[in-house]
Amino acid sequence: MLELIGPFFRDLNDRTGWNFNVFYDPYEYGRFLAGAATTLQLIGWSLALSLVIGVLGAWAQSARSRALRWGVDAYIQAFRNTPPMIQLLFFYFGLGAFTPAVDMGGYSQPVISSFAWAVIALGIFGGAFNVEIFRAGIEAVPDATLEAAESLCFSRLQTYLYVTLPLAFRISLPALTNNLVSLAKTTSLAYIITVPEMTYVLNQVWSDNLNVPEMMLVLFGFYITVVTLLAAGLHAVERRLVLPGYGR
Amino acid sequence: MLFADPIAAGPAAIPQDRRALVSLRDVRKSYGAFEVLKGISLDVGKGEVACIIGPSGSGKSTLIRCINGLSPIQDGSITVDGQEVNDPKLDKLSLRRKVGIVFQQYNLFPHKTVLENVMLAPLKVLREPRAQVEERALSLIAKVRLTGKERAYPGELSGGQQQRVAIARSLAMRPEVMLFDEVTAALDPETVKEVLATIRELAAEGMTCILVTHEMGFAREVAHHVYFTDGGVIVEDGPPDRIFREAQDPRTRQFLSQVL
Amino acid sequence: MRQPAFQLGMARLRDGGVLRGLRAWHVAVVLLALAVSLAAAATRLGTLGSPSSALAALIDYAPFILRGFALNLAMSVLAMAIATVLGIGLGLMQISEAPLIRLPARFVTHLLRNSPWLVILFLVMYLLPIEIRLPGGGRIPLPDWVKATLAFALPVMGNISEILRGAVRLIPTGQWESAEGLAFTRGQTLRYIILPQCIRRGIPPWMNWYALLTLSTPMASIFSVHEAVSNAQASMEAAGARPELLLPFYLFLLCLFFVYIYPIAVWTRLLERRYAVR
Repeated sequence: MLELIGPFFRDLNDRTGWNFNVFYDPYEYGRFLAGAATTLQLIGWSLALSLVIGVLGAWAQSARSRALRWGVDAYIQAFRNTPPMIQLLFFYFGLGAFTPAVDMGGYSQPVISSFAWAVIALGIFGGAFNVEIFRAGIEAVPDATLEAAESLCFSRLQTYLYVTLPLAFRISLPALTNNLVSLAKTTSLAYIITVPEMTYVLNQVWSDNLNVPEMMLVLFGFYITVVTLLAAGLHAVERRLVLPGYGR
Repeated sequence: MLFADPIAAGPAAIPQDRRALVSLRDVRKSYGAFEVLKGISLDVGKGEVACIIGPSGSGKSTLIRCINGLSPIQDGSITVDGQEVNDPKLDKLSLRRKVGIVFQQYNLFPHKTVLENVMLAPLKVLREPRAQVEERALSLIAKVRLTGKERAYPGELSGGQQQRVAIARSLAMRPEVMLFDEVTAALDPETVKEVLATIRELAAEGMTCILVTHEMGFAREVAHHVYFTDGGVIVEDGPPDRIFREAQDPRTRQFLSQVL
Repeated sequence: MRQPAFQLGMARLRDGGVLRGLRAWHVAVVLLALAVSLAAAATRLGTLGSPSSALAALIDYAPFILRGFALNLAMSVLAMAIATVLGIGLGLMQISEAPLIRLPARFVTHLLRNSPWLVILFLVMYLLPIEIRLPGGGRIPLPDWVKATLAFALPVMGNISEILRGAVRLIPTGQWESAEGLAFTRGQTLRYIILPQCIRRGIPPWMNWYALLTLSTPMASIFSVHEAVSNAQASMEAAGARPELLLPFYLFLLCLFFVYIYPIAVWTRLLERRYAVR
């Protein structure tokens, strides 16, 4: 890849001074790739965690235990109505101060890395929105359809698995897509707890090479691409799962 | 064996076995302070077709929903095949397996194809082998004249087609009694005929049916026994000829003069 | 007739009518939980051997942090005002009939909506000059907090533009046609008939974006704008940079924002439900 695009960007730099060194300098290119990989992993894990929390939370909200329902409600309100950046700082510095460190032979390293804290914090933040999205989806499944399942002898669990969840998931998808895309963008906040993702890496690159505008362009291009691809993927899922004859 | 040749018109002869399959005794039900059912008693024998008619809001639909336990009752008793419906110890599933219900709004599963709608319950609830279930489902779909629509989704079908799928879906559980809750009320006149034809065939084959209906002509043609309900009680009941021709109660007469 | 119950369910979901209302006790429960954990953290840390408890330090520095929070609020209000004006302008361009206006406006809206806030913040902070020279020789200084305010306004501007486009699209075409029949010009139709109908629909999402905007203002601390988070961090330094300060100080910050944002969220829900019923 570098052999392919390298000469062009080196030439561009020589002739115009536009220094896209992440695309011709092997060292900077390596940093760029590592940053991209970290961001993609961060997005993948955070989204996955937020979905798991969303499903579990929505299920817990229909539970009989009042304490459980209150707990989930409090969780949603607490995380929806406070700044995600301070949540990250709170998790990483506030709670991170109490997690034990392991001796790595000469230096000690906390058992939970900054990357892991970012996944935890972002997953919990995004999960708070997902719970509400899934719950709204479940509530939008018509009672009459559930009654039909009941009269066909489905048990509660069977009704939930074969009727409620598949329908709720479809109903939730548009809102879910919005939230997941927004969460993917929010992962750039991991910058502030020094997770070496794209924002952090390009900051280092432009500090080292003083090519701020060029790297800013790369940063924009990167996130627009990732977000557009993610949104396109989720829209494809929406189209695949569309119920024929509905919602036109 | 499931279906004999359809008989064009007229109720089939009531089978000799007059043992009541469904039996209601003084059933009372209220929503808050509003009493919907004020002591209803009726018996439906095996192979019998019972039609419940009456003005809107007279508790007809509530009555039918109570029979398979979708709505609990406050007083009285409902038995199906000797089982008390509201017995808390009763296994609701074993009851519902005997009682199929078809709703006014069809309530098909919109994310499943026609074939999947019919097969889902026998597969998951009865845990019957797939090949056997599929064979039965296909024959039921043929029975309701929807062969060729197996892979269609409910949203792609007309109301009458959806309602026939709903009937096939219920029949797939091999119930002993079928409940029909105003199944043609949401359909346009053209498709009403298709659905009524399906029910007529079922009745002719000896399926025990309880229908709530506004189709008076159909009730008269297909029913063995007609119940007229008003204000939460059964005002009058009897063979269709008597009810429709020489009703005794003025309320029945007034209602019939309005709808006929 | 195609399962109207199901479609009704979908419609209720779209209108937000399904979302359950919030209850007042939510505030009480959450605040109580935060206060308890705050106190617990403070006492637990106090027993760990720090001479003056972390809570005492927090009380000492609270006024300083609150002053910073006032700047967060000022930035949020100012940014929202800018975003609203520019967003409506961009939105009107998006529904223009001239492709030369519409397409660039669509592109800019897409760009603003799909970039992370932090990336936009970097862009504005690094690429805007520290002052603007007027042709007459005057100079308008652009302090960091002003630049940050502009940066926060941009993504919200994109989203308001999109809200406007969506709201206009939902107005039935009959409205346009009847206005045309009454010889309104396109501008008049928008001004007197279409936009007034969009306002009510647009208010809940507009408020929602205000809440999100306010929740983003702490990012300005990355550029040492003296808002709540910067001031809290400075306070922790001044109080001896002890690790046991971190938990209570950050919890305090979270509570500050919660107390301000939660009522707005509740109000937004109320409006959403009221408008959904119609």
